[in-house]
Order: sequence, then C-alpha cells, then structure tokens
Amino acid sequence: MNSVAPALLILAPFLAALLCSAFSWLERRLCFPTALLGLCVSLLAALDLLLQAGPAGVIQYKMGGWSPPFGIEYRIDALSALVILIIACIALLNLAASHRQVLRDMQDRFGTFYAVYLLFVTGLFGVTATGDLFNLYVLLEITSLTGYALIAMGDGDRGPLSSLNYLFIGVIGASFYLLGVGYLYIMTGSLNMVDVARLLPPLYGSSAILVAFVFCMLGIWIKMALFPLHVWLPNAYTYAPAAVSRVIAPLMTKVMVYVMIRLMFTVFGLEYVFEQLDLSRTVVWLATLAVLAGAVMALAQRDLRKMFSYVIVSEIGYMVGGAWLGNELGFTGAVLHILNDALMTFALFLVLGNLLFRLRGVSFEDLRGSFVGMPWTMAGFVLAGLSIIGVPPTCGFFSKWYLILAGLEAGAYQFVAALVLSSLICAVLFFRIIEIAFFEAPGPSSGDTGQNGQLREAPVSMLIPLGLVSISLLAVGVYAGSVVRGVIAPFLGLYPIP
Amino acid sequence: MVDLLTHIVAKYNYWLYIILMMIGLYAMIVKNNLVKKLVGMNIFQTSIILFFVSIGYKKGATIPIIENAHGNGHGGKQLLIRAADYINPLPHVLMLTAIVVSVATFGVALALAVKIYQRYQTLEEDEIRMRLTRK
Repeated sequence: MNSVAPALLILAPFLAALLCSAFSWLERRLCFPTALLGLCVSLLAALDLLLQAGPAGVIQYKMGGWSPPFGIEYRIDALSALVILIIACIALLNLAASHRQVLRDMQDRFGTFYAVYLLFVTGLFGVTATGDLFNLYVLLEITSLTGYALIAMGDGDRGPLSSLNYLFIGVIGASFYLLGVGYLYIMTGSLNMVDVARLLPPLYGSSAILVAFVFCMLGIWIKMALFPLHVWLPNAYTYAPAAVSRVIAPLMTKVMVYVMIRLMFTVFGLEYVFEQLDLSRTVVWLATLAVLAGAVMALAQRDLRKMFSYVIVSEIGYMVGGAWLGNELGFTGAVLHILNDALMTFALFLVLGNLLFRLRGVSFEDLRGSFVGMPWTMAGFVLAGLSIIGVPPTCGFFSKWYLILAGLEAGAYQFVAALVLSSLICAVLFFRIIEIAFFEAPGPSSGDTGQNGQLREAPVSMLIPLGLVSISLLAVGVYAGSVVRGVIAPFLGLYPIP
Repeated sequence: MVDLLTHIVAKYNYWLYIILMMIGLYAMIVKNNLVKKLVGMNIFQTSIILFFVSIGYKKGATIPIIENAHGNGHGGKQLLIRAADYINPLPHVLMLTAIVVSVATFGVALALAVKIYQRYQTLEEDEIRMRLTRK
C-alpha cells in the first residue's frame, strides 16, 4: 500500500510554518488562518491514516522513492496512527483555543509563535511516523528545539532560565539516544527499524547491543521525565505560556512513551527485552517510585501549574510501569493510558489556560470562589480531576483498571499498591481545590474582572475546546472497550509476547 | 598491566570519546557560569560526533569516490570496485546532520543565555538564583 497521507501529514504543518514566518513580516493577520489550515490538513491525513492502516495493517511511505533499508521510510501501523490522531486533534484544538490568549499576550511576535508552534507539531508527527532510527533522533531534536523556544516565550523572569535548564538535560537525553543508535549501527549496519529488528536476533548476547539498549532507554527516559530524571519538567511546564504548556504537557511526554514502546516492540523485540534481559522488575520498581514520588510532590505544591506538572510525573510512572510489566494487559493499559492521559492532561491545562486568562495567577489563594465566576471552566476541571483520580465513567478509570489487573497478573503488587495510593492522593489533590474554588468567598486578589467587579467566564472560543475534550473524556471512557478491541488488541497481536 | 594497555590502545577511539564526554558532562553539571555550561554541552555533543566518525573509518581504505578505484589508473579500462577498499561514508553523512542539530541547539541556547543576561545582568547561576529568591 502506498499512500501520500504520511507525506501530507508532515508537509502540511511544515509548509504552513514557512508561510507563517513569511506572513509575520508581510501580513500578520494571515498567520492564524494559515496555521489552522495546515493543522486541518494534518488532521484529515491522520484520520485517513487510521482508516487505511486498519487494525493490523501497515502503511509504508518511502521518502524520495528510496526503498528501505537504504532510504528513510515512514511506517505507520495502528499504534502510530492512534498517536498521530491524538497529536493532530490536540494541536488543532489548542490552536483554536489559544488564539485570543496569543493575541493578547504576544501582540508583537505571534507570527513567530505560530511558525515555531507548527514546527513543533511537525516534529511530533515525524517522531511518531518515522521508521528510521536516525531520522527519529533528528525529528526529536526538532521537537525539542522548538519546545525550548516556545517555553522561553513564557514568564519573563523564569521562562528562559527553565528553558535553558530543560535544554541542558534534553541535550544529554538526545545524545544518549544517539549513542545507543551508534552502537546498534556498529552491530547491524542498518538504521531502519524493521531491518535492525531482522538483524538483531543472532546478536542478542552481545554486550554492545546491551549498551545500545541501555543508552536508548536512558535517553528516552530523560526526555519523558521518568522520576529521578524529571527535574527539568515542573519548571519548564510552569513558566511556559499557557498556549504552549497546553500542547507540550499532553503531547511531549506521551510521544516519548510511544517511542519507548516502539523501540521495545519493533526494534529490540519483546523477546530481547523480557527474556534476554533481567531488567523488567527493576524498571517496574522505578515506575512505582515515579508514581508515588510524583503524587507526593504534587501534594506539596501550592500552585496549580506546579501541581499539574507533578501529576504528569506520576502519570509517566503509570505508562512506563505498564509497558514493563511484560504482559498483554500491561501493554493494553499503557497504550490506552497514552490516549487517556493525553486527553486528561490536555483538559487540565485547558482549564489552567482559561483561569490564567481571567485570573492574575493560579496559586491556591487566587482560586477562591472561581466556581461562581467561571462555572463552565470549573465544571471541566472537576471532570478532568475525576478522570485523573479514576472514577468509573471517565476514561482514566479504564486504563488504570487494565494496569492494576496487569500488575496483579505479573505479581508486581508494589506497583498495584502505588497505583491505588496515587489515586487516593489525587483525590485529595483535586477535592482540596474543588473545596477552595467552590466554598470559599472570592478573595481580593482576583485579576481581570468585568464591569461590576465580578469574575467573568472565559471567552466562548476557549470554552468550546474544553467542552469537546470533556465530552471526549467521557466518550473514550464509554468506548474504551472498542478502542482496545479495535486498535490495541490487533496491534499487540502482531508481536507475540514471550 | 600490558594486557590492559594493549586493550586501551587497540580501542583508543572509544576511550577518547568517553573521556571527552565525561569532560563535557562534568562542565555541564559543575560549572557555575552558563556559558561554560554551554561549552561543556558542545564538548559533549562533539564527543559523540567523533565516536560516529571514528566507527566509519577503516585502516588502509580510501574515500568512497569511484575515480580512485583500483585499476582505474590506465585510461579507465577496468573499473573494479571492492567495498573493502572504501571507508563507510554513512556515519560521516549522519554526523553532518548531527552537526547541524548541535549548531542549532547551541544557537537556541545562546539566545536563551542572552535573554537571561538581559534580565539579570549576570550569567552566574548562583547570582541568578539569589535574585530569584530575594524577590
């Protein structure tokens, strides 16, 4: 099957980015429509890919007509099509939601903002779609570099500083990954993922392959902020502009989890990861620590943005743990949680953006009485909170359920205990804020108020995306079974689990 | 002891890149000045570039351009291409891309450093941290 959709997916936002940077000099009003158009085309291509790839198919696209393993190949199967669709939806919705915020906060440079934003999304698409190890590195760096630039546009005091710290750590992560690819290349002489997977089995005992695996995983873990390597994340996400943290927080870490799963499944092979190496128990312990540490550190925060950032650190632990339990339930839970967590985090950060549009800050004191002024925004907050906690009709429950079942099946009881405990801690976190926002009288520190001094609801253009995401939280929850049966189970069927 | 020495000498390129990498990491972690950290980052990235370049090299081989092929000296009568006589160009080509990436990273990092300097009038990390806590 040869389709142009993979090329269109990457090219549309890329060309739109170039046009945007040209328009930022010529006619700045055209920047937003161009960006919107580019991402709409990508969304259509993503839908097309998901339909074409089907449950167990693969779409190959040879860049420039060079066939693999010599050329670079874009290779999209059910899992990558799912992740691509999430990226396309979130990037488009966020673009629509943040339009007014960007106009208000970045009057002089919103053309540049849109160009860099589109490049960031292009990089994410590329990381998910590519079937080449080195190409993955380059696209990863495109994503990261644009990410650093976007984060630095935020808070004038701390934005550039936290972005630079992120950059230092991000470079170490990417370089470790590149080093791992180098060792793989020494041993196999190939960079194409499928080709490397074909050449690897006779080399399984080699220590160079072990080094390659460890370096690749370390690099990816640094980039996804697994617990002891998470130090860059909270500051970077807190001091980024709201329009940026809304897209980086749900997507960047989740795409890194996808890359980890892709490396484990397609490149190194499950037999190597779980039979040849005796690492899975250690990694599940690491993930358990990440879940607990993230939740506890979130409990210590007094600022909503910092709190959400640590919730993400905790959620990363869920996915890494699920993927390393090494049974089918665990993989199902991890992949489903990529989808759910992207939606939940997006909903949380949309709420955050709406609050920041009207309030001066989002420390807990600023939130007093916000239910009265912003009922719809806070309703979205409650729903997203319930989903993070894992209350049944919302989607967060189902992936957590799969993860708990997988933990029990694998005998990783500490992981199960950590999941339950972190759910309880999340309940405390969110109900504490609901109490402040619902029952306490509005304080004097509220920011942008209306004519009569009352706190106003966020504009409709920001509420509609939040509404859509909130509905999708419920819809994905209700149809979780179909997602698992339709996409995840057939994908897992392609890779026999040892 | 002699064994160890021959072991090190035989694989000197790997040892060299590890030493450079550690120097870079050390600078990134320990140095207080942001520009020194950036220099450390550059050394770190360069060590990996050197690693890749060295694995593409072969003793006694030549650059992969067909004009230099064996048997081509006499009017190009016979063009015999033996892969063993050429170094592998692929790692070098990859590193061209990696150099571009590292230059771009360096550029972004310098731009961030400029912004930090404009805001705080210093690039020493402890002084910046002092100003942040004082506020």
